[in-house]
Amino acid sequence: MRTFAIAAAAFAAINFTPAAQAADITGAGATFPFPIYAKWAEAYKAATGVGLNYQSIGSGGGIRQIRAKTVDFGATDAPVKGEELTRDGMIQFPAVMGGLVPAINVAGVGQRGLKMTGPLLADIYLGNIKKWNDPKIVALNPGVSLPDATINVVYRSDGSGTTYVWTEYLSFVSADWKGKIGANTSVQWPVGVGGRGNEGVSGTVKQIANSIGYVEYAYAKQNNLAYALVQNKAGNFPVPDDKTFQAAAAEAKWDSMPGMGITLNDQPFPNAWPIVSATFILMYAKPSDPAKSQAALKFFDWAFTNGDKLALDLEYVPLPDAVKQQVRASWKGMTDPAGKPIF
Amino acid sequence: MVAVYERTYQNATRVTRRANPFGFDPVFSALSKAAAITVLVLLAGIMASMVYGGWPAFQTFGLDFLTGTQWDTMNDNYGGLPAIVGTLSTALIAMLIGVPLSIGTAIYLTQLAPAWFKGPVGTAVELLAAVPSIIYGMWGLFVFVPLFAAYFQVPVSQVVEGMPIIGTILYARSPSGLGILSAGIILAFMIVPFIASLTRDMLDQIPTVLRESAYGIGCTTWEVVRHVLLPQAGVSIIGAVMLGLGRALGETMAVTFVIGNANRLSPSIMDPGSTIASRIASEFNEALGLQMNALIGLGCVLFFVTFVVLVIARILVSRVKQY
Repeated sequence: MRTFAIAAAAFAAINFTPAAQAADITGAGATFPFPIYAKWAEAYKAATGVGLNYQSIGSGGGIRQIRAKTVDFGATDAPVKGEELTRDGMIQFPAVMGGLVPAINVAGVGQRGLKMTGPLLADIYLGNIKKWNDPKIVALNPGVSLPDATINVVYRSDGSGTTYVWTEYLSFVSADWKGKIGANTSVQWPVGVGGRGNEGVSGTVKQIANSIGYVEYAYAKQNNLAYALVQNKAGNFPVPDDKTFQAAAAEAKWDSMPGMGITLNDQPFPNAWPIVSATFILMYAKPSDPAKSQAALKFFDWAFTNGDKLALDLEYVPLPDAVKQQVRASWKGMTDPAGKPIF
Repeated sequence: MVAVYERTYQNATRVTRRANPFGFDPVFSALSKAAAITVLVLLAGIMASMVYGGWPAFQTFGLDFLTGTQWDTMNDNYGGLPAIVGTLSTALIAMLIGVPLSIGTAIYLTQLAPAWFKGPVGTAVELLAAVPSIIYGMWGLFVFVPLFAAYFQVPVSQVVEGMPIIGTILYARSPSGLGILSAGIILAFMIVPFIASLTRDMLDQIPTVLRESAYGIGCTTWEVVRHVLLPQAGVSIIGAVMLGLGRALGETMAVTFVIGNANRLSPSIMDPGSTIASRIASEFNEALGLQMNALIGLGCVLFFVTFVVLVIARILVSRVKQY
């Protein structure tokens, strides 16, 4: 609720600034990072007088808008592939991170009271495990009393980067999932019901008894949803928070993919939460309006330097410092028509 | 009656006398003609742009677009059958529940209710009609669905499990409360105020003389309603019902909340499904390429379904008028 209030306030702040101020940065795309972009924009405006108009129209829309050059930057949750970046002449960099948790609503099972493994989650979402007291779940959770009730699976009905991260994780940990369903922003779910948006899934899990659904950690926390702990690749059950999300990102090989578009799912580090993702920004390497692109880069530079506290307040996870340096280095690739670096 | 007529006549002549002979009339007629043509142009424009937008989907999938059950964004393979079936079945359930409820309400309000009770119930019905659909959706998800799951789905599923036919239609594989039946019930709640208030107005307009004479020759209340009032208001009631059906077919927000948004075809009305409108609402934001065409194509199908329903309604109304 607090995020919502802040987002609403920031929305009012950034959208009703007079159109005459041509210096406003424009961006569009992913809905997941909208609250933090709005919060950063509010603080940036107060500090520098430059506003940001960010439309949270969804990752697909963000990619469409930047391709149509109607915005200074596009934002997407699922990274764009290297060959598409080259084709469009774009650069891509991560801006902020978040983690997913399997939120659950099972009578008698409290916060973090249930342990799960990736293959179990895949089996539940495939419909192979149907009851909460399935022997496999019970074996992993000795001492937890689980009801003899059907598991109500909840997923995102809208196309979403969150679904991409979740299905990619399930593909990593289950060959069955990879072969039958795969990873995408929307897939053909074999079982379950769909909720619209993170709030739709968290609302459904909260209302429907014996349900399980994947949501951004921030939504689970704000809605006081119980969630299960998931075993990571190293065999541990880390507690989801900014430390374990950052643990997945700090030592990851960001430069192994063009546009830093790596996955942070299922990282092998002992303290890494297994379902983590970054959200990305898309900009042209040779923008037609270098001044506007420079303004956008300055905004993200400011946010990287001053915005960590604001991000943590809203349950987002700032990029580790080393990664921020890598991002700043990647900006050197953006040049004006004369070939001079913009940033 | 006569006095009123005279007064109107006088007013009318006074207005005519004051009017300029070269005055407003030609302009007025041109303006109203333009208004009517605008509606036609709008309709044609919407239809044309939807056919144009959906064309790539129709072309790629042909008839499979209507009969296919896959909705596969990864391989760009789209079939609309689950959504079309969901649209028709939720609307049918809404009509089966909503029509008797609303006509009963209207008859009670106009014929049977004591005067002190008419006012509050009448106002309540009108207020219900003004509630935005998202409120029905949220109420459905937060209040109705959990109760429906616990006190209807679970016990009914236990009873009907294994029975022939009924055990298929009414069995909930995952009793989440979300599904085709829940959506149909919420839709019924939404159309009741429309049909009820329209029907009430129709019944109110039937001359008292007619009703009094029926009672006078010894008819019971049931006979008066069945053989005098309903036939009199019949055409208008069908019109009201069709208006409700139109709303049920196209309702988006409330349905998206409670139908479960599953792209699967299931024989059970307890299972989650989707309607054309809810599918479009869910996916439009993130749709690209052929998926966008397929969604617009689905919209086109909904347009067509609604059109057919309206035509059938017209035919029904003209049939009834002949008797």
